[in-house]
Amino acid sequence: MKILVCITKTPDTTAPVRFSADNKEYNPAGVAYILNPYDEWYSLVCALELTEKHGGAVTVINVGPADNETLIRKALAIGAADAIRIDANPSSALFVAKQIAGYAKDKGYDAIFCGKETIDYNGAEVGPMIAELLDLPFLSFANHLELDGRKAKVSRDIEGGTEVVEVELPFVLSAAKDLAEQRIPNMMGIMKAKQKPLQVIPPAPFEDKAVIAVYETPPAKSSVRLIDPENMDELVRLLHEEAKII
Amino acid sequence: MAVLVYVEHHNGAFKKTAFEAVTYGRKTADSLGVPCVALVLGKADGAGELGRYGASRVLQVQDPALENFDSQVYTAAIAQAVQAAGAKVIVLAHTSNGKALLGRLAAKLDAGSVSGATALPTANNGFRVRKNVFSGKAIAEYELKSEYKVISIAGNSIRPDASGSPVAVESLAANLPAPKIRTLELKRIEGEIPLPEAEVVVSAGRGMKGPENWGIVEDLAKALGATTACSRPVADSGWRPHHEHVGQTGIAIRPNLYIAIGISGAIQHLAGVNNSKVIVVINKDPDAPFFKAADYGVVGDLFEVLPRLTEAVKKMKGS
Ligand SMILES: Cc1cc2nc3c(=O)[nH]c(=O)nc-3n(C[C@H](O)[C@H](O)[C@H](O)COP(=O)(O)OP(=O)(O)OC[C@H]3O[C@@H](n4cnc5c(N)ncnc54)[C@H](O)[C@@H]3O)c2cc1C
Repeated sequence: MKILVCITKTPDTTAPVRFSADNKEYNPAGVAYILNPYDEWYSLVCALELTEKHGGAVTVINVGPADNETLIRKALAIGAADAIRIDANPSSALFVAKQIAGYAKDKGYDAIFCGKETIDYNGAEVGPMIAELLDLPFLSFANHLELDGRKAKVSRDIEGGTEVVEVELPFVLSAAKDLAEQRIPNMMGIMKAKQKPLQVIPPAPFEDKAVIAVYETPPAKSSVRLIDPENMDELVRLLHEEAKII
Repeated sequence: MAVLVYVEHHNGAFKKTAFEAVTYGRKTADSLGVPCVALVLGKADGAGELGRYGASRVLQVQDPALENFDSQVYTAAIAQAVQAAGAKVIVLAHTSNGKALLGRLAAKLDAGSVSGATALPTANNGFRVRKNVFSGKAIAEYELKSEYKVISIAGNSIRPDASGSPVAVESLAANLPAPKIRTLELKRIEGEIPLPEAEVVVSAGRGMKGPENWGIVEDLAKALGATTACSRPVADSGWRPHHEHVGQTGIAIRPNLYIAIGISGAIQHLAGVNNSKVIVVINKDPDAPFFKAADYGVVGDLFEVLPRLTEAVKKMKGS
């Protein structure tokens, strides 16, 4: 089977969050980037497990600039067979989804995998957008998947519980925690990754419908008010009378 | 022109997130000077009650294809209602199903979208909508430049306003594709408010020492009418169910009150909770990083502090 896995980069959670002087742009200075954990740990590894069990290969695809190639090679080192990079700034979710759907539409993938969301903008939009553009079923927040022939049984996170559904290939899926176990690339994988094909293709033109006009940093939290551990009546009083939330 | 609100229900029951979405839709519609139309898919009695939250019309599509959730079928139904209502702005709750519909609708309508909006749109400088980004460390203001605009609103971002009156439900016929997804099993925790909707959350971490000690956490949650949550290692060790796990890899919540008990406050944990309105931290280590993100702090042994706090809450609620 052929699986296309969408990967992207995000700032590490511990990275500083700063913006340009006019607050119109994210300032990447001094920021370490990682592969989005949902893409790397769960989506990619689940796709690899499926091809190891049922045959076939995983292609990773990224919409982004040339300096993403180090992270794309990491995905190859973890086990993807080849990679596509669409050479453009991923300026909005719909832009990214249009590029990926446009690339995938006539390639006959059995499944397209995404992470549940990116950890910087938490949009969770690219997966369902690709599904709609390709007229495919979409399974969000998958935490378990079993494949039997062309039929997949998928368990997905919903508010306060889980839902188990059945669907036939092809489909688009977004990966949540527990779908697979993170794999650390080994030396052999890293060596092999250098030789694996990484194709760069130009983007299709598209005008963004949603753009970030300005960023704002919330006011810093005033320092904590400490309450005597012997006096919980005081804490309850403050929550009731001052914060007015209980 | 109109604002269309897709209103989710579970077996006919509307949740707080549904009322928030209608109120958000109504306020958006008012600012644009257009009607607010609510859309209900599948079997649900009493959809007319959504008028109380501001819907000027309620449309309902009943079709066997809508019995279980399949985003492809639901998107087709919503898109037809968008045409029927003449809507240009579409509002949904930012729930697990709402997120799937947001992306699909944006793609279908070639629309600009905002996922997890935290405030009403403003229109004096283009159509703009705000949301939290970078784990709550910043706010991004999006400008939507398309004819259609799709917005999902984060839970607890707006207070439901029930000052309106019920309206008649109009049934809408839709031409729907056959579902490709078959639901085999649906498990929801009954009787408890799901975490994303909870206004008060009592959350505990590794400081609890073991699952056998959770009684005191549940006692406090019960006294407050709160939902329980936990840190990741607690869920990973199987001390608590996975759906209680909050943080970067769990779920992100924004309750009015978050009480963190025996949780150190690692950045990945904070990523899921630091948009809570008020944070109370109980930890025996005065240097625990969580105190930097807290409004109120108690430095002490949770096994002593918790029963005391529960008693104090009961005393206050009783009076
Ligand atoms: C990529 C990544 C993603 C992650 N995602 C998440 C996530 O989504 N959610 C999450 O929670 N974590 C996440 N983590 C883990 C996170 O970094 C922390 O390890 C975790 O949050 C710690 O959990 P804890 O606070 O319960 O435990 P600890 O860090 O062990 O803290 C326990 C706390 O309890 C206090 N304590 C102990 N005994 C008592 C007592 N008797 N009375 C009072 N206080 C007491 C201690 O002082 C300590 O502060 C992630 C980590 C990584 C690397």
